[in-house]
Amino acid sequence: MAMASRLLWASKAASYLKISTFNRAFASVVKDLKYADSHEWAKIDGNSATIGITDHAQDHLGDVVYVELPEVGAAVTQGSSFGAVESVKATSDINSPVSGKVVEVNEELSSSPGLVNGSPYEDGWIMKVELSNTDEVKSLMDADQYSKFCEEEDSH
Amino acid sequence: MRGGLWQLGQSITRRLGQSDKKTIARRCYASEADLKKTVLYDFHVAHGGKMVPFAGWSMPIQYKDSIMESTLNCRENGSLFDVSHMCGLSLKGKDSVAFLEKLVVADVAGLAPGTGSLTVFTNEKGGAIDDSVITKVTDDHIYLVVNAGCRDKDLAHIEEHMKAFKAKGGDVGWHIYDERSLLALQGPLAGPTLQYLTKEDLSKMYFGEFRIIDINGSKCFLTRTGYTGEDGFEISVPSENAVDLAKAILEKSEGKVRLTGLGARDSLRLEAGLCLYGNDMEQHITPVEAGLTWAIGKRRRAEGGFLGAEVILKQIADGPAIRRVGLFSAGPPARSHSEIQNESGESIGEVTSGGFSPCLKKNIAMGYVKSGLHKPGTKVKIAIRGKTYEGSITKMPFVATKYYKPT
Repeated sequence: MAMASRLLWASKAASYLKISTFNRAFASVVKDLKYADSHEWAKIDGNSATIGITDHAQDHLGDVVYVELPEVGAAVTQGSSFGAVESVKATSDINSPVSGKVVEVNEELSSSPGLVNGSPYEDGWIMKVELSNTDEVKSLMDADQYSKFCEEEDSH
Repeated sequence: MRGGLWQLGQSITRRLGQSDKKTIARRCYASEADLKKTVLYDFHVAHGGKMVPFAGWSMPIQYKDSIMESTLNCRENGSLFDVSHMCGLSLKGKDSVAFLEKLVVADVAGLAPGTGSLTVFTNEKGGAIDDSVITKVTDDHIYLVVNAGCRDKDLAHIEEHMKAFKAKGGDVGWHIYDERSLLALQGPLAGPTLQYLTKEDLSKMYFGEFRIIDINGSKCFLTRTGYTGEDGFEISVPSENAVDLAKAILEKSEGKVRLTGLGARDSLRLEAGLCLYGNDMEQHITPVEAGLTWAIGKRRRAEGGFLGAEVILKQIADGPAIRRVGLFSAGPPARSHSEIQNESGESIGEVTSGGFSPCLKKNIAMGYVKSGLHKPGTKVKIAIRGKTYEGSITKMPFVATKYYKPT
């Protein structure tokens, strides 16, 4: 009995993270960015990339109240977590769309985490990475592919 | 508790989607079909409710307003929650009070008819089986509401003890209100809004009081109580009238009372310092440890006579080993299971609920620490993902409660 109840409550807790979707305006995408299926964007500029989370992601998260930034100098790996965003209710990992070394983080987010909601592609950027493998960028989606990807996810 | 961004917006079945779409479709169908729906389900969906599984029910976690907005609006104006997943029941018979007193810590006999209290169902070890708001309707009728997630075990527990009680000649029976729905109307506009829908003078009905009255044309059980720290009501309404009542409440408030989901409900109860059973109170936690000693009636402390009374009365006399406390902290919001450390980094307890307070605009949490380290102002550290952050123990509620009490 105790176990059953624990499971119930565990499923309750987990449910905060599984906010189901409803009919809504499609979130914006930016043409020249690259996108990961875990809802992060990368702006590639030669050997470096600026990373953030997409409008779609911030919309689903709701009010972001804290962004856990990586350390400058830390190594990040494509598809692996490098930090976290906290909304009122949930903690979500942020995965790096590229591998490399963190060269700068957006310190503004420490005092104004809401920038991630208000300006996900500009002022709400999270980190800049020096790429270790520029080929990885090919595995990311372009804006059209990502829009379609989000539409498909939302249409269930 | 933690997921990637990609999980947001996903149902658990959809996450498996990449591998085998057909299997997934079947699983999705089965899991959603298994969830119970309240009579307000379509109403929630029509109002933009984001439906999630909760204790076996499909319930709205939020509507179009964000959790932040909903929480603030509840305190400024008002909120309407569908809490029909919770289980309302009545105990009837001339020995109802004596029967219930064997299972809960409250002084039920001492309650005036038409009044109620928060109480705790205990087990033989003094641990909490559930918390519940009970009302003594009359001397031979008790109305109570238990948690959705605890329904099955609570009913089994009550039934088992009821059989034994009746076998000894006790007069008690029960009715479970599956034909009724439960709405919670909370916030400063709760009273004024509901007053439009009933002839009963609500200004004479205070916190903890109960009436069976006509509301919007149907016979409702009205309790002035709630789970937000605000003034408000829980309304048990015949299920066929529930949607009409919800519409009437929203309309009479001129849109100021907003539909509010489980997400904001959790923020609101946390700000009010109220326990969530399953997080902040469990089978192994006693009401004394949970800071609910106030709910153990004076007579009950003297007489005992409830399950686990020896353990609980000893804890009252000697003090418990651990205590529930409130916490403020820097850094990311503490969540349940975050470790609480003293200033030298030794573990002194664990967070059981935590989040960002929309009203205070800072991190709040509750948890259990060793007795002696529980005093407000005690500096602590909270460990989150391998780092520790400064925190301090503080009094609860975090946000002042506004229960409607006689002045």
